[in-house]
Amino acid sequence: MAEDLYAVLGVDRGASQEEIRKAYRRLAKELHPDFNPGDRTAEERFKKVSAAYEILGDPEKRARYDRGEIDETGAEKPQYRHYRDFAETGAGERYHTGRGFEDFADLGDIFSELFGRTARRRAGPMRGPDLRYHLVVDFLDAVRGGRRRVVLPDGSALDVTIPAGIESGQVIRLRGKGAPGFEGGPPGDALVEIEVRPHPLFTREGDDIRVTLPITLDEAVLGGKVEVPTIDGPVRMTIPRGASSGRVLRLRGKGVPDPRTGRRGDQYVRLEIVLPEQIDSELETFMRRWRENHAYDPRARLREMA
Amino acid sequence: MLVGEREVVAEIRGLTVRRLRAWVRRGWIRPAVRDHEYRFDELDLARLRLLCELREELGVGEEAMPLILSLMDQVYGLRRELRRLAEAIGAEPVEVRERILARLHEAP
Repeated sequence: MAEDLYAVLGVDRGASQEEIRKAYRRLAKELHPDFNPGDRTAEERFKKVSAAYEILGDPEKRARYDRGEIDETGAEKPQYRHYRDFAETGAGERYHTGRGFEDFADLGDIFSELFGRTARRRAGPMRGPDLRYHLVVDFLDAVRGGRRRVVLPDGSALDVTIPAGIESGQVIRLRGKGAPGFEGGPPGDALVEIEVRPHPLFTREGDDIRVTLPITLDEAVLGGKVEVPTIDGPVRMTIPRGASSGRVLRLRGKGVPDPRTGRRGDQYVRLEIVLPEQIDSELETFMRRWRENHAYDPRARLREMA
Repeated sequence: MLVGEREVVAEIRGLTVRRLRAWVRRGWIRPAVRDHEYRFDELDLARLRLLCELREELGVGEEAMPLILSLMDQVYGLRRELRRLAEAIGAEPVEVRERILARLHEAP
C-alpha cells in the first residue's frame, strides 16, 4: 500500500508550504546520504522524504496529489551519480583533508607509518594542497617530448617538460608548484594530466606507430621505392612486387621511445592500393584483354569458409 | 570527460558563473586548468550538485558551508583510510586477524 506523503514528512494535511519546507529541511539535514555514508536506512528514508517533498513542496503537484490525480511516486527526478559514489574512490582524494590524524601521534609511530606524512606533525606548518592541471599536447610533441607552458587563469605560467613517449592519462608531478603551504609549510605539487591530441595520419599502439600508405596500381604490381611519413620525418621504403591492399610492412625502430628505457617501437605501414581517379581507355583496354587469359579467384577461401 | 564553466552552469540547476567562481576561489571546488580555463570532471560536478542542494534546498548559509564541507571531507578521508586499514588487515593470515580482533574487543 502506498505511503501517505504527509506522514513521510511528519506534517498535517493542512500544513502550509512553509511548514512543509521546514519539515523537509529538518529531515533532509538529518538523513542526507552524503553525510551518512554507508547508512542504508538513512538513505532509504532520505529517498522517501525527497520524493515526498518533490510533490508536496510544489503547490501545483501537491494539489494534484490531494485530488488523487498523481500517486506518491509522481515524476521521476533525473538520476545523477551522488557525491558519495566518488568521494572514496581515487579522484575523491582531491577534497580530503589529511589532517584528521595529527593528534594520533601520541599513539606512537604506528599511525604515522599507517597514514603517512601528516600523522607525525601535531600542528604548525602544513604542506600546501596539490593543484591539478590538464594539458593537451599534439601527437608529435607527445611522441618526441619537449617543453610546454601552461598558462593559469590568473595569468601566471607553469613550464612543463614532457618526456618523449608520454601517453594520454599520464600525470606529470611538478614538485613545489602547487598551492603555498600553511604557516611556513612547503608548497604542494602541481599535477599535470596529459591528454594527447590524435594525429590525422599516425595512430599509436603501445610503442608502435600505425600508418596507412596509399600506393598506385603500378607500384603494387611492379614494386618500387616510395616515401613514407614517420614521426622523424619521411623515409624511403621498398614496396615488394605484387603487394596487395592490407599488406603490412614494418619499419624497425621508427616507433615511440619507451620513456623509461628509451627503446623505440616499430612503425607498421599498411598498404592501400588507390586507383587513378579516371580509368582511361588505355588501362581499360589492357584490363579487358588481360582478364581473358589471366583469371584468378581471390575469394575462393571465402566461399570455402562460408 | 572534462567540461568548462559554461557547460557546468547550464547543467546544474541553480548555479551561476559568479557563484561557481566564488566557490573555486574559496577552494570548495578544485577543478583542473586547461588552456586558461577551468575544467570540471564528474567528481567536481557531483560536489557542485551537492553544494547547490545544500544551499538551495536545505537552506545552508554561506557561513555554515565551510564547516559542513570540512566535516564531510574529514569523514570521507577517514572512511578511505579506514577502508585501506580494513583491507590491509583482511589480507593478513587468519591468526593475525584474530589477534587484532581480540585486541579490539578487549575492555579499554
